[in-house]
Amino acid sequence: MSTVKLTVNGRAVSVDVEDRTLLVHLLRENLNLTGTHVGCDTSQCGACVVHVDGRAVKSCTMLAGQAAGSNVTTIEGLAKGDELHPMQAAFRDNHGLQCGYCTPGMIMSAVDIVHRHGGKLDEETVRHELEGNICRCTGYHNIVKAVLDAAGRMKVAQAAE
Amino acid sequence: MYETNYHRASSVADAAATFAKGSESKFLAGGQTLLPVMKQRLASPSDVIDLSKLQELIGIEVSGDTVTIKAATPHYDVSQSDAVRKAIPALAHLASMIGDPAVRYRGTIGGSLANNDPAADYPAAVLALGATVKTNKRSISAEDFFKGLFSTALEDGEIITQVAFPVPAKAGYAKMRHPASRFALTGVFVAQTKSGDIRVAATGASQSGVMRVPAIEQALKANWSPSALDSVTISASGLLADIHGSADYRANLVKVMGQRAVAAAS
Amino acid sequence: MGVEGIGARVVRKEDRRFITGQGKYVDDVKMVGMSYAHFIRSPHAHARVKGIDSAEAMKMPGVIAVLTGQQIVDDKVGNLICGWAITSKDGSPMKMGAWPAMAPETVRFVGQAVAVVIAETKNQARDAAEAVVVNYEELPAVPDIKAAIASGAPQLHPEAPGNIVYDWHLGDEAAVKDAFSKAANVVTLELTNNRLVPNAMEPRAAVAHYDQAEEHYTLYTTSQNPHVARLVLSAFYNIAPEHKLRVIAPDVGGGFGSKIYIYPEEMVALWASKKVNRPVKWTGDRSEAFLTDAHGRDHVSKAEMAFDKDNKILGLRVKTHANFGAYMSLFSSAVPTYLYATLLSGQYVIPAIYAEVIGVYTNTTPVDAYRGAGRPEASYLIERMMETAARQLKVDPAELRKKNFITQFPYQTPVIMAYDIGDFHASIDAAMKAIDYAGFPARKAKAKADGKLRGIGISCYIEACGIAPSKAVGSLGAGVGLWESAEIRVNPVGTIEVLTGSHSHGQGHETTFCQIIADRLGVPISQVSIVHGDTDKVQFGMGTYGSRSLAVGGTAIVKAMEKVEAKAKKIAAHALEASESDIVIENGEFKVTGTDKSIALPMVALAAYTAHNLPDGMEPGLKETAFYDPTNFTFPAGAYICELEVDPGTGKTSFINFVAADDFGRLINPMIVEGQVHGGLAQGIGQALLEGAVYDGTGQLVTASFMDYTMPRADDLPSFKLSHTTTLCPGNPLGVKGCGEAGAIGASAAVINAITDAIGNNKLEMPATPDRVWHAIHG
Repeated sequence: MSTVKLTVNGRAVSVDVEDRTLLVHLLRENLNLTGTHVGCDTSQCGACVVHVDGRAVKSCTMLAGQAAGSNVTTIEGLAKGDELHPMQAAFRDNHGLQCGYCTPGMIMSAVDIVHRHGGKLDEETVRHELEGNICRCTGYHNIVKAVLDAAGRMKVAQAAE
Repeated sequence: MYETNYHRASSVADAAATFAKGSESKFLAGGQTLLPVMKQRLASPSDVIDLSKLQELIGIEVSGDTVTIKAATPHYDVSQSDAVRKAIPALAHLASMIGDPAVRYRGTIGGSLANNDPAADYPAAVLALGATVKTNKRSISAEDFFKGLFSTALEDGEIITQVAFPVPAKAGYAKMRHPASRFALTGVFVAQTKSGDIRVAATGASQSGVMRVPAIEQALKANWSPSALDSVTISASGLLADIHGSADYRANLVKVMGQRAVAAAS
Repeated sequence: MGVEGIGARVVRKEDRRFITGQGKYVDDVKMVGMSYAHFIRSPHAHARVKGIDSAEAMKMPGVIAVLTGQQIVDDKVGNLICGWAITSKDGSPMKMGAWPAMAPETVRFVGQAVAVVIAETKNQARDAAEAVVVNYEELPAVPDIKAAIASGAPQLHPEAPGNIVYDWHLGDEAAVKDAFSKAANVVTLELTNNRLVPNAMEPRAAVAHYDQAEEHYTLYTTSQNPHVARLVLSAFYNIAPEHKLRVIAPDVGGGFGSKIYIYPEEMVALWASKKVNRPVKWTGDRSEAFLTDAHGRDHVSKAEMAFDKDNKILGLRVKTHANFGAYMSLFSSAVPTYLYATLLSGQYVIPAIYAEVIGVYTNTTPVDAYRGAGRPEASYLIERMMETAARQLKVDPAELRKKNFITQFPYQTPVIMAYDIGDFHASIDAAMKAIDYAGFPARKAKAKADGKLRGIGISCYIEACGIAPSKAVGSLGAGVGLWESAEIRVNPVGTIEVLTGSHSHGQGHETTFCQIIADRLGVPISQVSIVHGDTDKVQFGMGTYGSRSLAVGGTAIVKAMEKVEAKAKKIAAHALEASESDIVIENGEFKVTGTDKSIALPMVALAAYTAHNLPDGMEPGLKETAFYDPTNFTFPAGAYICELEVDPGTGKTSFINFVAADDFGRLINPMIVEGQVHGGLAQGIGQALLEGAVYDGTGQLVTASFMDYTMPRADDLPSFKLSHTTTLCPGNPLGVKGCGEAGAIGASAAVINAITDAIGNNKLEMPATPDRVWHAIHG
């Protein structure tokens, strides 16, 4: 057992966990942040993607201890109060989700994609960049639309700031 | 995963010392291979020693004709490095095709080489470019480093600290991705060294791991162009075969990816 | 309320909780005192269980119990059932072996559970499971159809000699023989419909709780049909009587058929929760999903089609072997029979059809309905046949189809189905226009000049949805009726709760069903809630599968709404001192036609509940229930055309264009319908290009993780061009047909027809991996 101290969605937390605990389990079991999901056991599906120190990573492929001292943002920490993040809003407006299970990881990855590429995204780039996130419901068509839509919204929001 | 003891190393020396104390220690870099293996309970290290936060192991340097990538540098950083893109664009391109974006943020060159998966991308670049793998104990040439499937010249407790790539005159990498795992179904790295030597390495193809491809090297020596490989035949003997690629298909891919790597080379 | 009514692209009400991480899935459920289950599974495809030693495991930290197959049999928990009785050609009933929830004696597929560890934590349960010693005596295994039906093959179940479950047929054999005797041309085709793993992104899970004081169980489970689960758990598995068992299917992360069934793990979790007197949680991981979720498809077929000299179809003969895996899953028996052979007429006038289906046991994971269920197999066979025939007869594949389309409705096929309505010419014309079919030869020539092989492929599918008329399916062997129910509660303040037996696990019911209400009663959808997935809240219902939720469940809502409306009109007429026949509903107001007198729905509702001034003899309240049983299936149909390029160097396929022209009848929410089509297309394309469950010769699943089983990713797929042609379904008041499975049914043939067109070799099986395509090009 070790004590892991980290910041999650802006809140400093300290959790006692077995050393084998994965970050995703710390989030789900210890902090009750169940928006981050587990969809596979081979680090393929991306349902568990969260931001660690600003980078979208698979929380199922990181020990909790590796995140000690880090800033973690989960899907629960993306909106500003009642105001949805532009990516969340774009997923809703473009019907970029159906069962919702892959959605948190998909959104966290998508935010990271837009951060990296800025407004210079095209469909091919989005499709390639989403290769680490599997969705079984949507055929990705509307997810791709949502990411492109959000990229525009985020650019506008950035310009406004 | 079995219970283990997690240690975050404070230095390379500390990592080596901690390693020696454990009954069955493992170094943890990006963890993108080790952790999935541990999750499947296929590995049960007593201790995992985290190298990923060691600043002495992170960074990229270009000096003269050498690109040095420190061992814990994530694939993403290599793919985005202006210095690497300028000196060896094929290497940045290779790094940009490893796994998926989340994997590229965490996975490291040192971890990839130490694991030496027969379908990993980096070994092809290291072998084709004739890179030198530096450890906390010594320097190992690419030829001597790879010892077959998941096997390297690294001794127990030895830590890769950096990899030094000679800047080539030209190099290219082409990869047919495994459709499910995104490893290389077959990837071929071609390089023309500044001294005019031709070195070609293929990953994902051979049952013995990354390999040089003499037939392609000879053809390119005579004529550095994709069409020079038209008449080359790669033997399927000794090549990997699975549901995604039979041995003769992989043999074809070695040639076709070789051609595309030459076409893409710069 | 046009902006929220039928036909409006309303964004989904349910989305906010999902995009903010507030969805509540089974694994998110926590209970005080909860323990965790880990199953011990057979590593062998076929073996006798000689003994289980759990002594060491019981000493491990946190272990509460190790429970075995023998204990579950001793406690008289029932064997798993198959709910559709199929009768063989010779009149004999299908031959089934017993399937206990955990195997006491014999394991018949890799992954079958033999015991379960219950412990304080998930890790402790898994740690202890490794200390349980199971002594197996390995037996020879049959991993596929060919091995199973070989003479002298190892036998799975003594009840099923030769590993044959049934040898069934449909149609008129003599008429087909006669048709072939008159044929100018006969086209033959042999093909495999590859086995698929459904892989809903949420793995199955169960949380079971036993309340000793009340002798009452609660089960949270990943189910598409919680009431059916409760019925089966009660009536057949002896877990508890229905009134002592509450089944809740909260947010469920995709189903695609795989979450219809009641699996051993849910049964064991319930049973164990009483045995250990603790809540028990089991959450499957992806590896377990690959081994234990019912797989789909897995047919081997031989087909022959007879044509006259004018290229009109005379007859069709099909012989199919269907792999059921090691046990007969809940609806498995119906899939390759009444959901497959009944659709073999496709969109065509085929005067005579004869189909034989032989169901086979193998030492593999049980196979059952997966998105489309039988209909994709039928559509793939017919549509590859039409393409093959066009090439053999040297006619344009679109023209050959058009020549043989059914144009008069209703149309009685020779294989049970009576198509009520359709316009197949409209669909194919729309698709051909969308893809510029006429311009294809020029595009192909240009691609050739660039070193690429370009192909185009058509698939005209029809499916039977809106499952199903209870009387009809009952006569064919179904163990249940397939109606649906709805209850509409208008609350005293005028808000509305709709309780439906349908279950939403991605389909968007919480929005679509509200739109039906909004359209009729003029209530904003924000004032309507859809309640589903809980047997304590909702009256009995049959659940969601077979593209039935709108056609059957939605119609039940309409029927209940009609009753609500009738009563509300009486109340309004009474309050307004008008004649009931003069009351009309406009924008949520009950108006006296031709006057300015009106009363809003909330006031009507309030009047119903205060009951101070109701018409004489009227009961208070405003709440109505309807059970709706359809009179026929519905028949969504459409045309898909795929244009793609093959890289001759690698055999890799790249999409150029994929167009879909569907006829689903009336669309309630076109945005949601399009989403359903996109997802279905992805699964159909996945089957064609990427996915395939592969077993080795010993019955080990080779494709047992996402590292080996290729799930479609964003960069494997194109953006789709969708359009709709519309013939309203005459069988239900909404005029709807269902859209959930169409893409999965129609897409695979379009893709394979396009690849075989591109490479000039018709011999190609799914999944058409680059390796296979490269070999098909280069021999």
